Amino acid sequence: MTAVTQTAPRPAVAKRRRRDLRSRVLTPYAMLLPGIVLFLAFMAAPILYTVVLSLQTVKVEGLGLGPDSRSVVFAGLENYANSLADPEFGASVLRVFLYGLIVIPLMLGFALLFALLLDSKRSRATRFSRVAIFLPYAVPAVISSLLWGFLYLPSVSPFVFLANLLNVPVPNVLGPNLVMFAVANIAIWGGVGFNMIVIYTSLRAIPSDIYEAARIDGATEVQIAWRIKIPIVIPSLIMTALFSIIATLQVFAEPTTLRPLTNSLSTSWTPLMKVYRDAFTRNDIYSAAATSVLIAVGTFVLSFLFLRVVQRRAFGQED
Amino acid sequence: MRIAFKAGALAAVAALALTTAACSSPASTGDTDGASSDSGPVNLTYWAWAPNMDKVVDIWNKSHPDITVTVNKQDGGDAAVTKLLTAIKAGSGAPDLMQAEYQKIPTLVSAGALKDLSKLGAASTKSDFTAGAWNAVTLGSSAIYAVPQDTGPMMFYYRKDVFKKLGLKAPATWDDYAKAAEVIHKADPTQYLGTFSSGDPGWFAGLTQQAGASWWSISGQSWGVDIDSAASKKVASYWGGLVQKGVIDNDPMYTPAWNAALNDGKQVGWISAVWGPGVLAGNAGKTKGDWAAATLPQWTAGANANGNWGGSSTAVTAQSEHPQQAMQFIKWLNTDPTAVKALAQIANIYPADVHATDSALTTAPDFFSDQSDFYQVAAKASAAVQPFTYGPNVNVAYSAYTDAFAKAAQAKQQSQFLSALSSMQSTTTSDLKKSGFSVK
Repeated sequence: MTAVTQTAPRPAVAKRRRRDLRSRVLTPYAMLLPGIVLFLAFMAAPILYTVVLSLQTVKVEGLGLGPDSRSVVFAGLENYANSLADPEFGASVLRVFLYGLIVIPLMLGFALLFALLLDSKRSRATRFSRVAIFLPYAVPAVISSLLWGFLYLPSVSPFVFLANLLNVPVPNVLGPNLVMFAVANIAIWGGVGFNMIVIYTSLRAIPSDIYEAARIDGATEVQIAWRIKIPIVIPSLIMTALFSIIATLQVFAEPTTLRPLTNSLSTSWTPLMKVYRDAFTRNDIYSAAATSVLIAVGTFVLSFLFLRVVQRRAFGQED
Repeated sequence: MRIAFKAGALAAVAALALTTAACSSPASTGDTDGASSDSGPVNLTYWAWAPNMDKVVDIWNKSHPDITVTVNKQDGGDAAVTKLLTAIKAGSGAPDLMQAEYQKIPTLVSAGALKDLSKLGAASTKSDFTAGAWNAVTLGSSAIYAVPQDTGPMMFYYRKDVFKKLGLKAPATWDDYAKAAEVIHKADPTQYLGTFSSGDPGWFAGLTQQAGASWWSISGQSWGVDIDSAASKKVASYWGGLVQKGVIDNDPMYTPAWNAALNDGKQVGWISAVWGPGVLAGNAGKTKGDWAAATLPQWTAGANANGNWGGSSTAVTAQSEHPQQAMQFIKWLNTDPTAVKALAQIANIYPADVHATDSALTTAPDFFSDQSDFYQVAAKASAAVQPFTYGPNVNVAYSAYTDAFAKAAQAKQQSQFLSALSSMQSTTTSDLKKSGFSVK
């Protein structure tokens, strides 16, 4: 900054030009410096450290009780091979895909529906509804899972109590067949608000003369929504879908909080739960590091593929 | 001793541990024994989770101005061990003193996290403890890794009003227990005498301990893993049979549903340990006066065998710079009559010191104030605890238990209880082998 303000009139023009050039080259870097330092210290270094850990393992000799009986050795890709060969890991990945198939369409579908309803001319009490739909997003996942956990457990749930009064049979949602939906429900409940706001914001940015033109041509509200609004907000839909895919692969807080309540959730129900268990229950940070790297690469590949597939269609007009 | 819904706290600890792990390079955890012949006041930090431990420590601080101990309250046994192992790996950040559950000692020793107290005069406390408790802190070797603090001999709590109404007596054998469970559930289908909890591996380990199992063993320079021994199989198939019949519940303990069931009379019995009254008082306050405490039902009529669920010791960590002073404090805390009395009455734990029953444990806990012989029953239960060896990967075996037995309990199939046991066995053995431990 100081370099810029010091470019006061000086007799030596050549010198000034050189100085200008240097400051023009250096200033952006100086401005980037804090960001780069933070990125290196808190992003790149931990990732690198994780990769280093993932290539190591502990070797113990004999009983492993003496002070020198434990050593860290280079393991090559052994941890990766073990992770990939572990049927628990495969099962947890598959589970997360099913979970994503439930969560993502429902969450984005509701978000889009609510956004369109709020944007529609005939809606009343939009300010209140907007806050009410958004509010669950402000509840931390652990808290919302506790809350839903109480609502799910048959003996403390008010829903089950009411159903029993009315003699309506209620399935146990924490049972093995429905537990996926129980977890998905918490994620949808918490996630709709955020996605709704993103889509709603881009709906508000559409100039209203388009609608007027449509109405003059005799389009109904539904037709306007279907033919004009949705195509225009497709980029926001894609962005929210991408965020949702990443969040799905990283689902952790909800099943971890619900796990003590039921026999249906294992310690490796999702890939991240397995990482957590290996690192902090089994004290094997090395194989946990390898699994983490695999998950990160998987997330990256999936996000990249998704963008690749939809990009042309979504952002085609901008190119 | 375990609180449901601790996941949030655990996650927070994990986040903390992650940050610490990421920012510090692994350093060697070499001992610096005898680096503390210094005189003058020292400050010791003590990680503990027993309630009111700070108040017990205050008594020490008042009479020992030269050695000030500061209690750093922990969430619980698992969280504290995770934090300690991270600090050991990081090379700094560990406390001087640590409350360590018995089953965690081999893991901590194997990670080089504890100092050997045999050189600091810990052997002089041996006569204060039962052979079982002493074996748990020495692992059967000449080293002493901790000094026993409290134990958790298992006990059976039941609703005496319900038993009386149905003409039942406290079960003397497990056969009696099974019959009582059936009678109770038939009389009222919403009532259960107990539940098989897939969330509590320590509970199941204690039950197999009573039947004569010891999940690990040391012979020479090799570990043995005996989780699917005949004794464990007997216990697993017994509980599997009860669950399959549907006469006991199959949902985990320590859930809001279980807490409510204790209070509203849906759970009318609890296989627990000597620390049970505190939990009952917290969860089933409405039913105070309706409960009775007894020793565990037996496999053979007239026998007196028991298992342990819970209990902990006090250890000095490898990073402590004042091991001598720490040892002095540990000895006071766990064997001095004043301290032991405070442990029992202020921290509400069942002291491991065998002399405690005469002096410190005179009046029954408040929840059982109508059962004056509570501590006589507890003493009988404590004396009957069978030997049991914990291995260096208890954490792996325990997490395998929660997964395998959750599936079995869900399926309500006796046969699956047995396959759960063998899956625990193979997971535990292959983990040891993978790390290079010699396994016989």
